[in-house]
Formats: sequence, structure tokens, C-alpha cells
Amino acid sequence: MAKASTGTLYRGNEGMWSWVAHRVTGVGIFFFLLVHVLDTALVRVSPEAYNAVIGTYKTPVMAFGEIALVAAIAFHAFNGLRVILVDFSKSGPKNQKKLFWGVIIVWLIIMIAFVPRQLMHTFGG
Amino acid sequence: MSTTSIPAPRTGYSRHKSTRSKFEMFAWLFMRVSGIVLVILIFGHLFVNLWAGEGVQAIDFGFVAGKWASPFWQIWDLLMLWLAMLHGTNGLRTIIMDYAEKPGTRMSLQVILYIASAIVIVLGTLVIFTFDPCPAGADPALLASFCSAA
Ligand code: HEM
Ligand code: HEM
Repeated sequence: MAKASTGTLYRGNEGMWSWVAHRVTGVGIFFFLLVHVLDTALVRVSPEAYNAVIGTYKTPVMAFGEIALVAAIAFHAFNGLRVILVDFSKSGPKNQKKLFWGVIIVWLIIMIAFVPRQLMHTFGG
Repeated sequence: MSTTSIPAPRTGYSRHKSTRSKFEMFAWLFMRVSGIVLVILIFGHLFVNLWAGEGVQAIDFGFVAGKWASPFWQIWDLLMLWLAMLHGTNGLRTIIMDYAEKPGTRMSLQVILYIASAIVIVLGTLVIFTFDPCPAGADPALLASFCSAA
């Protein structure tokens, strides 16, 4: 069986970097979700316990963590849709590079909309 | 009258078993179908909890009580929990297969992954359905307004 470290046709191009980023964001989101379900479970302990933990989500440091989370999700989601299109649509493989830049553009639009909004929520204004 | 039946050619006989397993095919398709549904569920979740109103600043126990008072958000969160956990667990299974080469390491990493995922799915499901928006004896200031009404 081929090892993960063996070279492939994809090495070094958009195809490879989007695959690496898709993997890294997928793992990151998964570990966030494990913690997120555990902290949401505190609603079964007491209102005070839940409010204490969710309170930490409102601090400036965590506000940047949430920006990173949204960045990861937006990339993984739209790149995932690109992978699906490439697999299922006839002209998908031919256009995969254009689709990749499409993913980057949609991702940028989401971040340009979200970041100022998040900063306003956190710092007022 | 006698009829002789001739068996159709090439039935019930194959020289070797297909190397494509049904499970892997299903897992591949599941990643794509769950991905499409998750786009809607997660962006909806982030829109309501991070974007709308005061965003994350507005979240507290009463906020959760308000959302889970409606079966709509209960089902939404339940679907999101199951699909995201199964999608993520299957994704991590692929990654373990790619990087862990010793059978022992593969085996133990997979066992840890499946146990962790099962605990989170069961816990998350129980939390949605056993949630009590107005726990007895709690400080009314922390509860949703509908707890003190009537
Ligand atoms: C910083 C961003 C996020 C915030 C502030 C947030 C907030 C919340 C809140 C307040 C709840 C309680 C119920 C509700 O409001 O529906 C909740 C539940 C939930 N969230 Fe999030 N969330 C965030 C990101 C995410 C992401 C990215 C995912 C998916 C990967 C996710 C998956 C879930 C699930 C599955 C539940 C239900 C948990 C359970 O069954 O106990 N959340 N979240
Ligand atoms: C927002 C909607 C999402 C979409 C459209 C999506 C799409 C996809 C697709 C199509 C794949 C398969 C890639 C392949 O077979 O080559 C995949 C892999 C993966 N996804 Fe998602 N996903 C989404 C959300 C999530 C979430 C919430 C998590 C974490 C809980 C996650 C974690 C993963 C992981 C770990 C992989 C495996 C990556 C790899 O094998 O390199 N995804 N995703």
C-alpha cells in the first residue's frame, strides 16, 4: 500500500495545498466539537456552571479564537463543496483550479463580513 | 411436456471477490451527503449564535432555554450533532489509516476515537432531550422569562 509520504501527482499545486488545509481544518473542527458538546452539557449541571463557561467565550482572546474557528469552517465547507463538485459534475475536474479560486473568494467575502461584526460585538461600537 | 431450464450464464460465480467494499463506498457517499447538509446546519447555527443580535455576547443559560423550547431547534441541533460527529469520526478514521502504520497503533487509535465519539454523541443527545429550562431552586434572574410567568 502507498504510504502517505509517497509523492503524488498533486504535490505542490493548488490540489495539494487545498487537501492539506482541508485535513487540518477538519481535525481542528472535530476537536472543537468534542469540547463544545462537553461545555454545552453544563446546562444540565446548573445555570451558573453554564454561564461561567460560556462567559469565557465572550472574552477578547476567545473572540479571536472564534474568528479562527469561522475561518476554518468556511474554508472546509466551501472546499468540501468543491471536492463534491469535482467528483460529481462532468466539467468539475476540468475546472478544479478555477473552483479553488472560487473557494478562496467566497471565503474572503465571509471573513470580510464576519471579522468587523465580531470585533464590534466584542469591543462595542 | 418437459422443460429443461438452462441456468443463466455467469450467475453465482465470480472468479474473485470484488475488492470494493460496500462499507467504504457507503462511507465515501456519506461524507458528501452529510457535508452538504452540514453546510446549512452549521452556517445556520453560527448565524443565530454568532452573527445575529449581539452575537456570542447574548448567549447564556436563558438563551439556550429559549432555543430548546422549540422542537425546531432541538431537531436542528440533534441532526447537527449526529451528522457532524459521524462525518468527523469517519474523517479521522481515514487520517488514522493514512498515518498510523503499525497495526497495534491503528487499532488503539481507532478504539480511542470510537469510544470518544460514542460518549459525545450519547451525551449530546441526552442533553438536548433531558434539558430542564426552569430547574427548581435556581436563581430566577438566570432563567428565561417564561419560567417566572404564570
Ligand atoms: C463560536 C461558535 C459557536 C458558538 C458561540 C456556539 C454556541 C452554541 C450554543 C449556545 C449551543 C446551545 C444550543 C443552541 O444554541 O442551539 C450550541 C449547541 C451546539 N453546537 Fe454550537 N456554537 C458554536 C459553533 C459550533 C460549531 C462550529 C458546531 C459544529 C461543528 C457546533 C455544533 C453544536 C452542536 C452539535 C450543539 C448541540 C449540543 C448538544 O447536543 O448538547 N457549534 N452551540
Ligand atoms: C460544513 C460542512 C462540511 C462539508 C461541506 C464537508 C465536506 C467534506 C468532504 C466532501 C470530505 C471528504 C473529502 C475526501 O473524501 O477527499 C470531508 C472530509 C473531512 N471532514 Fe468535512 N465537511 C463539513 C464539515 C465538517 C465538520 C463539522 C467536521 C468536524 C467535526 C469535518 C471533518 C472532516 C474530516 C476530519 C475530514 C477528513 C479529511 C481527510 O481525509 O483529509 N467536516 N469533509
